[in-house]
Amino acid sequence: MNGTLEPLFFWLISAVIVLSALAVVFMKNIVHSALFLIVTFVGMAGIYALLQADFIAAVQILVYAGAIAILIVFAVMLTRRGDIRASNPFNGYAIIASLACLAFLVVTVSMIFNSGFEIVESVGKSVVEPLAIAMMGDFVISFEVAALLLLEALVGAIILARGVKKEQ
Amino acid sequence: MEGIFLRIADFAKQLFSSLNFGPEITSILMALFHVSAIIGFVLLNVLVLVLLERKLSGYFQQRPGPNRLGPNGAFQTIADVIKLFGKELIIPKAADKWVFILATIVVFIPAVMLYAVIPFGKKMIAIDLNIGIFYFIAISSTATIAFIMGGWGSNNKYSLLGGMRTVAQMVSYEIPLVFSLLGVIMIAGSLKMSDIIAAQKDVWFIILQPIAFIIFFISSIAELNRAPFDLPEGEQELVAGPYTEYSGMMFALFFLAEYANMVSISAIAVTLFLGGWQGPILPSWMWFVIKLYIMIFLYMWVRWTFPRIRIDHLMHFNWKFLLPLSLVNIVITGIGIKLVNWLNWF
Repeated sequence: MNGTLEPLFFWLISAVIVLSALAVVFMKNIVHSALFLIVTFVGMAGIYALLQADFIAAVQILVYAGAIAILIVFAVMLTRRGDIRASNPFNGYAIIASLACLAFLVVTVSMIFNSGFEIVESVGKSVVEPLAIAMMGDFVISFEVAALLLLEALVGAIILARGVKKEQ
Repeated sequence: MEGIFLRIADFAKQLFSSLNFGPEITSILMALFHVSAIIGFVLLNVLVLVLLERKLSGYFQQRPGPNRLGPNGAFQTIADVIKLFGKELIIPKAADKWVFILATIVVFIPAVMLYAVIPFGKKMIAIDLNIGIFYFIAISSTATIAFIMGGWGSNNKYSLLGGMRTVAQMVSYEIPLVFSLLGVIMIAGSLKMSDIIAAQKDVWFIILQPIAFIIFFISSIAELNRAPFDLPEGEQELVAGPYTEYSGMMFALFFLAEYANMVSISAIAVTLFLGGWQGPILPSWMWFVIKLYIMIFLYMWVRWTFPRIRIDHLMHFNWKFLLPLSLVNIVITGIGIKLVNWLNWF
């Protein structure tokens, strides 16, 4: 979709993203926050799709939006005892938080202005193939290291959660 | 006969462009036309499937099944639908109202979106995406959200337990499902649906990838939450799982989505393993429907033949059997491809 309607879609999706992201923070109920997070992620996928990066859009939905269900399960399991309606409270760190946000904003904005964006009219036909070749060829070591790191995190989480059985 | 649906689409396109709204509006109108055609296809199939399921379950259990309304009970579905429409929509006082209602809509969104990449026949695909099958995987991964929304929003312990079970089961079985598709993708060398079908011109992938097909079939039953993997509903233990508090048309929407998902996953099985719409003499879309209903019959056959398995067996079977098997299948496929290339080289 590249035509006169593209800016309209961009602004619509952007509005949805920003509003739902705000809702994630301001919702009192943690499950509602998680549900709004899905809307944010799907909106991001929409932006990627507008940029003709359909592979990234699909990854965004698979990895982020699809995993929210698990997040909700954990939220429910960890907060059910108290009152769910007030499970996403604010803390009292307004000053520190605003400082951190300001620093982040400065860094992001300076990055955006300092990087020279190259505008390409049309991305290549297939994104998947070069991506696969890069991952499994040139960057295979870092790819495998990342996989190992994730496996380690998985094992570590299980050990932390269940403990190590003492030998009898 | 072959191009009948393509001609209808062409006619619609001419009609929309004759209205002179400009190309942008015309393409949006065409998209709406495609979506309504897909929804029509889904509803038509559900109409058939509800009756088919009841008739087949009767047959498997040696009883006549519905046989009062119409010839041999053919109009039973109409009576069912009227009954569902007439029922009162009950929203429990303790339920989280918005989440409870939205779940019935959210369950239907991925179910319909999946049809965008299904090739119904020669050139009959809404969007032939480069990432075709990956789009299918990504969208179907979001199907769990509606169940946990319904399960949590109902504020009922059976619903919540059912919702939790759905998430655990669907997330686990998604892994062997995707891995089983990898073998096919490796041989076809593409994620595009039309390329995958073209690669099966001489030999269907069910012959080259029999283990992958069996893994796909088993884990897709679990993804659909149908017996013998219908633990999320498990009426003997959980009343009806996430659907417990739903009534009337809201329950019907969950039901509709389940059948829509069954049709779409059967369509994927047909496309990836059974040669898609290819076949002699008959028009391509008719071949597609024939193969589709063979797959659906298999799902129903299993549904009414096997008893439900236990929750711990369900998890063990997935993580300790299906997942390693699908990994081995990928390795063997890789070696096989290399070997064939090597032999062709001589």
